[in-house]
Amino acid sequence: MVLIYIDHSEGEIKKSSYEALTYGVELAKLLGTEANGLITGTIHGDAAELGKYGISKVFQVNKPELNTIDAAVLTKVIAQAANDTGAKEIVFSHNTTAKTIAPRVAVRLKAGLVSGVTSLPDLTSGFVIRKSVFSGKAFANVKMNTDIKVISINPNSFHISKNETGNAEVIQLDIPVPASSIKVISVNKVRGEVPLTEAEIVVSAGRGLKGPENWGMVEELAKTLHAATACSRPVADSGWRPHHEHVGQTGIQIAPDLYIALGISGAIQHLAGVNRSKTIVVINKDPEAPFFKSADYGIVGDVFEVVPKLIEEIKKIQ
Amino acid sequence: MKILVCISKTPDTTSRIAFKDNNTKFDDAGVQWIINPYDEWYALVRAIELKEKDAQVIIHLITVGGPDCDPVIRKALALGGDLATRVNSTDSDSFNIASQIAAVAKTEKYDLIMTGKETIDFNSSSVGAMISELLEYPFVSLATKFDLNNDIATITREIEGGEETVELKLPMVISCQKGMAEQRIPNMRGIMSARTKPLNVVEPISVAATTEYLNFSMPPAKAGVKLVPADQVAELVRLLHEEAKVI
Ligand SMILES: Cc1cc2nc3c(=O)[nH]c(=O)nc-3n(C[C@H](O)[C@H](O)[C@H](O)COP(=O)(O)OP(=O)(O)OC[C@H]3O[C@@H](n4cnc5c(N)ncnc54)[C@H](O)[C@@H]3O)c2cc1C
Ligand SMILES: Nc1ncnc2c1ncn2[C@@H]1O[C@H](COP(=O)(O)O)[C@@H](O)[C@H]1O
Repeated sequence: MVLIYIDHSEGEIKKSSYEALTYGVELAKLLGTEANGLITGTIHGDAAELGKYGISKVFQVNKPELNTIDAAVLTKVIAQAANDTGAKEIVFSHNTTAKTIAPRVAVRLKAGLVSGVTSLPDLTSGFVIRKSVFSGKAFANVKMNTDIKVISINPNSFHISKNETGNAEVIQLDIPVPASSIKVISVNKVRGEVPLTEAEIVVSAGRGLKGPENWGMVEELAKTLHAATACSRPVADSGWRPHHEHVGQTGIQIAPDLYIALGISGAIQHLAGVNRSKTIVVINKDPEAPFFKSADYGIVGDVFEVVPKLIEEIKKIQ
Repeated sequence: MKILVCISKTPDTTSRIAFKDNNTKFDDAGVQWIINPYDEWYALVRAIELKEKDAQVIIHLITVGGPDCDPVIRKALALGGDLATRVNSTDSDSFNIASQIAAVAKTEKYDLIMTGKETIDFNSSSVGAMISELLEYPFVSLATKFDLNNDIATITREIEGGEETVELKLPMVISCQKGMAEQRIPNMRGIMSARTKPLNVVEPISVAATTEYLNFSMPPAKAGVKLVPADQVAELVRLLHEEAKVI
């Protein structure tokens, strides 16, 4: 049985969890088995609705103390849920939650782990799965040798598929929750904005913008496209933009459908964070900027002239 | 207080990525090896800052790898580690690496084990969490701030959709990312003293192979950029709308 971990933030199910559901359902078909979901903690809405994504059952350990991410606690609960339900493949989305708990769950279950997965397995000789390596510059084929397998899929690598109908049976699991050693002092969630790692469109700007006072048009373009905003490292280092917007090798890695780069040269360390984007648009006044080599569409021009026109033209088609 | 910092070697961020032996091995011809940026800039430098505040702190470095890791671990010693261990194993399975580190940690009993957020070659983000399970220690991932008051740590960490600050008691394992500390350059005194600091090589324990890297491939090359003249912005919008279908 394939068990899909359904991550949520303050009770809202993450988009990446729906991707994991779709992946898990496809994986179960391939293996000739069934796919079910697992929720730890409390969610808003009706868990039975998750049946629309093709799963038959949703197991839930409905205890509010599980809403805090404590790797030691969640590992024990998830591993026991996997044992009690007879799960052989456990699917996570490779987000901050999975990075914290999936490797621990794998160790506890004596399971192999592959994270950053970008394909369904090839079963012709064993169980071979593809993962992203070298910060998106290459892929590796990894063979999983264990009976139980933990798979953590890259966000934005699989399209969500949902049916009009379908109801999952919700089954409450009675699993004891061990005491946590982690005390949460404060939580600071970015509200109202589109989270960078989940955004389908990202508008990003670099040193070519000259100074923080010029970000108004970047934000307006992002707003017009319902996009998240990002920036290059020197921009965050100079304090022009908050650190959580910094994408690249040492920042956040993203894979949106559309990445628009304004006044960014396209250094290899920047590309490492964005080269999995499906479509890349580069606007740069220097025709020799390396970013054009990795772009799908480009304009050689001044951002201060091009961006206002771009906003205007996009509004026309909306 | 004893801190263990996990150091991995990775190709320099500007390295050309290529493979050899029928795409089964990374081609390291001409590649410059560096300390994985997250391990150096964030984990190691934060450990050094803790030592600068409290001379009782001992910084032990560990790397799992072959003899070609020695220059990298010497550089980490030059930055400020006190002593180092290299576990002589070239296995790249995260579980194997974590098991080797946990085996050393079980006898040495560290108060704090620090890793980077991920290696920039295998991008697994797994080793730290695995060590914590093997040692049954608490684990705090993706830390951006770490402060210590006696044996109580206050840590700010990235969570889905934001960040939070948590408090917990040593011992623990943490993984570190941007925000923890600033990059440093080793000074001459550090480089000289690194030569005489102990680097012990130990043989690996035997660990079941849970996963194996079979071979590598490159993503399909981009078709090439379509350039639109700067005075035809409407045409770019049309292409994005009708051809790429992304807006
Ligand atoms: C180990 C390491 C890790 C790193 N990690 C990262 C990382 O994670 N993320 C990251 O981004 N960088 C990273 N860097 C830094 C990286 O190498 C580059 O220095 C950085 O990405 C450059 O940022 P930029 O493109 O904004 O600035 P610049 O390189 O200065 O480029 C500015 C661009 O703007 C263009 N421009 C100027 N004015 C205009 C205008 N009016 N209209 C249009 N275009 C204009 C210029 O032609 C130029 O191409 C790292 C470096 C190292 C060594
Ligand atoms: N071979 C290794 N030797 C020592 N530490 C390692 C090794 N591989 C990974 N690590 C540590 O574990 C962290 C996460 O690595 P990974 O799980 O491979 O992404 C790294 O940032 C290092 O701190």
